[in-house]
Amino acid sequence: MKVLNFTLMPYRSMDVPASKEHRSAWVVLPNTFYDPEKGAHDYESYIDLLAQSEPLGFDGVCVNEHHQTAYGLMPAPNLIASALIQRTKKIKIAILGRALPLVNNPINIAEEFAMLDNMSRGRIIAGFVRGIGAEYHSTTVNPYYSHERFHEAHDLIVKAWTQPGPFPWEGEHYNLNYVNLWPRVYQQPHPPIWIPSQGSIETIEWAADPSRKYPFLVTFSAREAVLKNLLAYKDQTQKYGYEAQPSQLGWAAPVYVAETLEKAMSESRSAIEALFNDYLTLPMEMLLPPGYTSVESLKKIIATKKAIGRAGFGGPNQRQSLERLMELGTVLVGTPESILNQVEQVKEKTNLGNFVSMLQFGTLNNELTQRNQAMFASEVMPKIQKMQ
Amino acid sequence: MTDTSNTNNTCRVGNVNLHLRRAGRGSPILFLHGAGGISEWTPFFNDLSQTHDVWAPDHPGFGLSEDPSFIKSMSDLAMFYLDFMDTYAPKGGFHLVGHSIGGWLAAEIATRNTQHIRSLSLISSAGLRLEGVPMGDVFMWNAEEAVKKLIFDPNVQEKRLNAQPTPEEAEIIVRNKFTFAKLAWYPRLFNPELKKWLHRIKVPTQVIWGEHDGLIPKEYAKLWANALNTNTCTVLSQCSHSPANEKPAETAQLIKTFLGKHAE
Repeated sequence: MKVLNFTLMPYRSMDVPASKEHRSAWVVLPNTFYDPEKGAHDYESYIDLLAQSEPLGFDGVCVNEHHQTAYGLMPAPNLIASALIQRTKKIKIAILGRALPLVNNPINIAEEFAMLDNMSRGRIIAGFVRGIGAEYHSTTVNPYYSHERFHEAHDLIVKAWTQPGPFPWEGEHYNLNYVNLWPRVYQQPHPPIWIPSQGSIETIEWAADPSRKYPFLVTFSAREAVLKNLLAYKDQTQKYGYEAQPSQLGWAAPVYVAETLEKAMSESRSAIEALFNDYLTLPMEMLLPPGYTSVESLKKIIATKKAIGRAGFGGPNQRQSLERLMELGTVLVGTPESILNQVEQVKEKTNLGNFVSMLQFGTLNNELTQRNQAMFASEVMPKIQKMQ
Repeated sequence: MTDTSNTNNTCRVGNVNLHLRRAGRGSPILFLHGAGGISEWTPFFNDLSQTHDVWAPDHPGFGLSEDPSFIKSMSDLAMFYLDFMDTYAPKGGFHLVGHSIGGWLAAEIATRNTQHIRSLSLISSAGLRLEGVPMGDVFMWNAEEAVKKLIFDPNVQEKRLNAQPTPEEAEIIVRNKFTFAKLAWYPRLFNPELKKWLHRIKVPTQVIWGEHDGLIPKEYAKLWANALNTNTCTVLSQCSHSPANEKPAETAQLIKTFLGKHAE
């Protein structure tokens, strides 16, 4: 298996009690909560942390894109990827991903990935996402056209990477007279495309299509959902008449490892609970703006009375404890053996080939993050990498 | 007042089936609903239909009407209603009454062609932007906030909050929201190119607003009245964004009086 190292780059100094006066840590949390001095320190620490991944033996590092939130300070993840290209020599750099529908000209994304691919001599993995619901509020892109824009932008970018330019693009959402990338991509036919997702059958059908076979990465989900989605992907590949390769299946989860379960829990508790309860506060209206999901999916959510009561994630009545998150398998916290055991269980059932460990999360400070990362890299990762 | 039992019809415009509520006799009114759609034949409609032939279609993508994929914007919807009127407008045309995005729609239609339009009554209309006076962010509000912003009377708010939609009603609420987003998410609730063409509307126009409109502040009433060059502008007290539901008798009377004045 391959193991990649990921951080969301949260703003760790967020004044959590004061932030609770606002609807969410997304879109509307005043940026006066951001102290540039502390933020600059966070950037430096996170880049150092990810750069250490290469000597520690990781197969790759991951960054991702989020806008107008304390949850993640990477509105432009390619800037971080570019810095990491300079700090590493061999490992993969996965941008998981860029939110295609949020830009007005997808060629901007095609160009930036092409630059990174050249600058890294082919170490880039290109993740394609739609962005989360809140980002349709912050960018004002119409969520009703999110799926359409994603698919058209994807088709345009892949064509720009693989067909000689210049050529015109005559689309529904994008119209360009000259598509002619300088530079061309370094990897042939193009950088690997991954699809990080919390899973929907439409996404799985699309990603697993024989013309694409895009690796599917289930992010921040309970174990049950991870298994369900990875198995659904495998089923889908069989329906298409082929077997999914392990490299097509991935899982991303927060991990905290220590000598004992008690130590792991006490050291990670406040940071993990902050991530899920304070940084991921998303009322339904932000999480699922109209059109972001299909009418059918939204009807299902509304039909479930329970779901109406739930104001998205992180509402006051649904604070998730560390114990609960561990029980659900959303986070992996414990001794090296217990973490290996949990990864092994998913490996046995799905034969997944990529594991993305998030070793810094929420408010976890540098000291604990370093300790977590070092122990994970020495005691857990080599055994995951040996899993066949 | 007699109870007009409105007839529920389906009418066809091109290939699109529209659900239409219609009742009453008199000079014809085409009512263009707002983003919430029409859920029933309310006292307001009943009142108007005492003296008018009231047509109240569900817009494409709203209520029980079809949702053709070719309607992608407010501009498409305006052109669609020109087709509608070519097919159905009685001799002399309709009096257009539009609420919220329905008011915006009425103005879009009338800037294109008033051949079938006798007059224009805009109630709490979306469609323009008043710099420095932002509208509320209706897409950010939860159900409770929306009710409190859109309705003035706390008792009515309470009643609305306790209402339990049937599954069929819940489905329509979702459809309406999706189509609302399609038409009005960006630019949010307005067309930057509309105001400069409003001078082309030569039919009589009036503006009706709620003093406590929690979505489109009452300053917009004046903006519209100025842009349409009309003196007929009424701001109703103790009323928010739904004059037709909050002040049905007064709103209906304003329309009847205005139409009476401008009967052919």
